[in-house]
This record gives sequence, C-alpha cells and structure tokens, in this order.
Amino acid sequence: MSASDLAPITNSLPFLLQGLGLSVLLTAIAMVGGIVLGLVIALVRLTRVPVLAPFAALYVNGFRAVPLILVIFWFYFLVPLLLGRSVGALYSVLIAFVMFEGAYYSEIMRAGLQSVRVGQWQAAKALGLGYLQTVRLIALPQALRNMAPLMVTQGVILFQDTALVYVVSLHDFMTSVSIVANNTSSPVEMYVFAALVYLAICQVGNALAGRLKRASRTA
Amino acid sequence: MTSHEMIKVEGLSKSFGPLEVLKECSLTVRRGEVVVICGPSGSGKSTLVKCINGIEEFERGQVWIEGEALPSRGRAAARLRARVGMVFQHFELYPHLTVLENICLAPVHVLKRPRTEAAAKARALLARVGLADKEAAYPAQLSGGQQQRIAIVRALAMDPVAMLFDEPTSALDPEMIGEVLAVMLELARDGMTMIVVTHEMGFAKSAADRVVFMDKGAIVEIDETQAFFAAPRSDRARLFLSRILAH
Repeated sequence: MSASDLAPITNSLPFLLQGLGLSVLLTAIAMVGGIVLGLVIALVRLTRVPVLAPFAALYVNGFRAVPLILVIFWFYFLVPLLLGRSVGALYSVLIAFVMFEGAYYSEIMRAGLQSVRVGQWQAAKALGLGYLQTVRLIALPQALRNMAPLMVTQGVILFQDTALVYVVSLHDFMTSVSIVANNTSSPVEMYVFAALVYLAICQVGNALAGRLKRASRTA
Repeated sequence: MTSHEMIKVEGLSKSFGPLEVLKECSLTVRRGEVVVICGPSGSGKSTLVKCINGIEEFERGQVWIEGEALPSRGRAAARLRARVGMVFQHFELYPHLTVLENICLAPVHVLKRPRTEAAAKARALLARVGLADKEAAYPAQLSGGQQQRIAIVRALAMDPVAMLFDEPTSALDPEMIGEVLAVMLELARDGMTMIVVTHEMGFAKSAADRVVFMDKGAIVEIDETQAFFAAPRSDRARLFLSRILAH
C-alpha cells in the first residue's frame, strides 16, 4: 500500500471520525440504557411480578424475534405518530437501540442473577436483608462480574449493528466509509480500512472480555 | 408461652411436590439451651433449621421467636429473622466483599448502625475468634476454617438472641473442624441459645443440653444428651448411633 492509497482516508479523516463518533455514541448509550432496562426486565421476570412478568417475557421474545433493522424502521415511523411530532432520526434510533438491546441484556442479566448461588440469597435473607437490598448489595455485584465478558461481547456486536442506521440516513462509521469510497472511487482501500477498524475494535473487546473472565475466576 | 422459651416450633410441615420433607415437627428451645439435631442425611434436619428463621417457606405449622410469631413474608419477617443468626454449611460469605465488609453489611444496612460503630464491633469479634489480622482479606484468600469462623462472626455482629448452625463443619477439611467447634463451644459456654445440625457427636456430647433425632422428615425423639447417648429409645436412633460412633 503506497501513500497515495491512504489519501482518501487521510483527506476525509474528520468526516470518518464523525461517523465513528456516532457509532461509539450509539454503542455507549445503547449499552448503558440496555443494561439498565435489561436489569429491570430481568428483575420483573425473576420475581414473577403479577401481570408485568408475562409482558416482560413477551417484550424480550418479541424483540429477539425481529431483526434490528425492522425495529429501527418502526421507531422512526412510530415515535412521531405517538408523540404527534418528529423527534428526528437520531433520537428515534437511540430509542430503538435501547429498547432492542434491553431485550438482549435482560437475558444476560437474568442468567447472571441466576448464577448467584441459592446460599448467597439465603445468607442475605437470614441476616434480615430485603429482596432489593440483596439484589443491590449481594447478587448484582456478583452477577455483573460473572456476566462482564458476555456484556462486552454483546457491546462489540452492538457496535457492528450501528451500521444499520444508514436506513434512516444517519452517518455512522460504516456509512461514512461507503460515502467516501463512492466519492473518491477507492472502494478497495476504504473497505479494507473499515474492516481493519472493526477488527481492531473487536480485538480490544475480546481482550477486555478475556481479562474480565480471568478476573472473575480468580476473585 | 413463657419468657424462657426462646424458639418454639409447632406442627411444622413442608413438601416439595409430592415429597413430604417435614412432617409435623414440634420443638421448644429454652433460652441459653444448646440443642443438637442429628439423623441420617435427607432426614430434613437442614430444612427444619432453615424453616425456623423462615428462609425456607413451609406449608403448615408455626414458629415463634421470643414469643413472637414469625410471619411468612414481609418486613416484619425480615426484622424477626435478623434476630436469629445463621451459619451455613458452605459459609456463604460474600466473595466480592472483604472480611470486614462481610461482617458490617447487615449491621449497617439492616440495623442502620453507623459504619464506625459496626466496624469497631466487627474488629472486637474478629479478635475473639483469633482473626483480627484478616479484616482486609477476601473470602477466597482464607481457609475453610477461617471462612466459617468469620461467618459465625458475621452472624454474631447482629447481636442475635439465638444461633442456628446448618452442618457448620461438614464442608471442612478434618484439620479445620476443631477450630470451628472451639468457637461454637465457647459460644455455648457464654450462654448462647443454639440449634446445631451436625454429625459431630463429640460436640453434641460436650455442648448439647438435648439431642433431637430426625428421620424421614419427622422428629423421632428428643432426649437429654446423656440419655440419648446412653440409650436412645427408638430403634432407628440406636442404629444411627451405632453406625456413626463405629467410625
């Protein structure tokens, strides 16, 4: 690869970084929002809250049954209908991602909370701790530690999925790459570059997940 | 109910589906009394002690602690439960917390004691069981015997009126059993009301006031300790003793 091959990349770096910024922002918000929403859903299901629990199960199974791209379309067209005004592509996509990831993270959180031994819950109960206190002080810290590698892996998948926002005309990293590829007639360079960036982010994620896995085993 | 009755269990029954694990169990433990529950495995001993502080639910029967009926759920149940300490077979220390945090957790979050006060009490108790230097350690860094002594301290930090032990030495290597039993013996001598599920007949002989023998979910007999070891009344208890003492 010569220096001139890199020209399309270096020349449009600010544009590409802007795309990368959106991808990172979407990933971060969808991860945090998804984990919080997922925790609430998992608790509703685990404690079998009357009426709500079946709805939570329906929610999770529903979102996991449809492709993310469909959810993005839904919220893009549905939210303006519900609110009576448009909230813009970015906000509708953020809502879609958080709702969608909430379904996946709820399954991870549920497995995490269930991975905490019965004896730990019993010991907390014997000491007079209430259910929510036990979740907060005992079960959640252990569940998060057990599930951290899975949560990171889900985050890496989520980062890749941000490429789907092109359907509502947002410029994420992938979309920016393909715009530059078209404008500069350098598809090979640009798509190799994009693949390398994804690979690098995936490797960082895997390394982090592996480290968290080892940490949770030794602790 | 008279004031010297610390724990009273009446007609306690529990099933897992069609399997009856506890059948009409009744037992009264006086203040300061040490009662050992023994019997073959699967006889319902562990389930019985876990029902006494309500961490396992039961279908029929009633438990009273210091004359107060234990509700099946809710805040009142949690409050009453917190007055009875419990020690588990597998310690159940919290792996993500240090020794000191393990001990202070419930005093701070349940009894709402100031942290400094809870920590001071925890340190005093740790010193009593010879583990003052371990307050910053995590459970995984400690031996089984040390973990179990800390689990006892964690229960004592709540100022319990009685203590329940569910096979406290069964998961320990033989050379660590002694250090845990020593702490329990000292507690017994100090007048703690204790219900102990154990196979350690040596502990029963030296510390127990009475022995409860269970089999197949039922209390078969309750005897004064000497009488139990000298001449158990039921054939099943006699057979159990001959087997366990033959070792």
